[in-house]
Amino acid sequence: MTGVHDMGGQPSSDPIPLAEEEKNVGAQPWHNRALAITVAAGFLGMWNIDASRHSRERLAEEDYLRFTYYERWLAALANLLVERGLLREEELLSGVPTVPGASQRCIRGGEIKALLDAGGPTARDAETREKFRTGDRVKSRTTGNRFVKNGHHRCPSYAAGCTGTIVRSYGAHVLPDSNAHFLGEVPEPLYSIAFKAGELWGDGAEYQDDLVMVDLWESYLDPVRP
Amino acid sequence: MEHHAHSLLPAEPELRVKALETLLVGKGLVETTALDTIIDYYSNKVGPRNGARVIAKAWTDPGFRSRLLEDATAAVATLGISGRQGEHLVAVENTRRTHNLVVCTLCSCYPWPMLGIPPAWYKSDAYRKRAVREPRAVLSEFGVQIPDNQRIRVWDSTAEIRYIVLPMRPGNTEGLGEEALTGLVTRDSMVGTGLPITPDATS
Repeated sequence: MTGVHDMGGQPSSDPIPLAEEEKNVGAQPWHNRALAITVAAGFLGMWNIDASRHSRERLAEEDYLRFTYYERWLAALANLLVERGLLREEELLSGVPTVPGASQRCIRGGEIKALLDAGGPTARDAETREKFRTGDRVKSRTTGNRFVKNGHHRCPSYAAGCTGTIVRSYGAHVLPDSNAHFLGEVPEPLYSIAFKAGELWGDGAEYQDDLVMVDLWESYLDPVRP
Repeated sequence: MEHHAHSLLPAEPELRVKALETLLVGKGLVETTALDTIIDYYSNKVGPRNGARVIAKAWTDPGFRSRLLEDATAAVATLGISGRQGEHLVAVENTRRTHNLVVCTLCSCYPWPMLGIPPAWYKSDAYRKRAVREPRAVLSEFGVQIPDNQRIRVWDSTAEIRYIVLPMRPGNTEGLGEEALTGLVTRDSMVGTGLPITPDATS
């Protein structure tokens, strides 16, 4: 999905906001709470990390742009909770729980450390053989999500339609294009592709031979004959 | 499809968080102690000190360095480091010829178990837009000048692979042990927006 979140390479003269330094967690206490409720609700198992990212991408452009980082998280979380049936809109409005028992699961304090330490690996043992090898030349597709029109997709637009070289091969990983829409994991080989700056930015590149590496799934790529 | 359920919440971020937390706890979905434990975990147990230990060990132990570059996930697990947003780690090595820089242009992916929660600048739209297009200009804002003969590799974290930079060990550190070296490894040096502290600069 292209949208306001797909901002890599957009011309910008904004300085990097180094003064807004944040130490380990949030700069303000509510940042910590926003992080904690987002992570905890994720453990309920009613969505996955791809659906969570996609929920942020689906915020209205005006909201995405006016919100700070954790405000984006909060809005996307509220929307997901309603979409997945864990909260009702009238509860968001009133702030009062009205319908009990929306989930069989409750995330308890005692299980948090184990959940955080384990994480959620996305590598899968897949039967599929890798189509490409390190050193192969490939061209990234511009077709976006093949399951859902304007669906979640992880090839940034600046790298779409560009030719690069496979530099690393990571085995099969869950495909976000499918998983974000609850259509299954559909694991596919994942690669790191090196694109020359000159290929991405043309004459505007700082140095033609600097490289940008982008992680792309096999179905995002077409072979390029040498 | 745009969705707007969030607009039913109060406008003030603090009140939005409070409202959501009250509902989640009130509906029996999440315990308050679970939230407190998450905050404690990322405030006190996980942070750049983890990454710094890994880098210092790689500087002093050639076997560990090889294992780190071969399979970082397995290598750091031997030091007790693992977890959410660090399930698949890759270490990329700075050399005299190559400087590595990490970004996530589509969101803000970051190796949490190694470095903690990302700083505000890493999550900023400016960094996400500019790091891939003009890494040298971005680095100069961090006070890092990359010589003409050093090539830059920017790693855009578009999948679940999390990248960490293995910086070059600073000069004049031959006599230093792992613990002292750990103190020279900054968070930014492991993202590629900084360099390790040189002992001269600390004395």
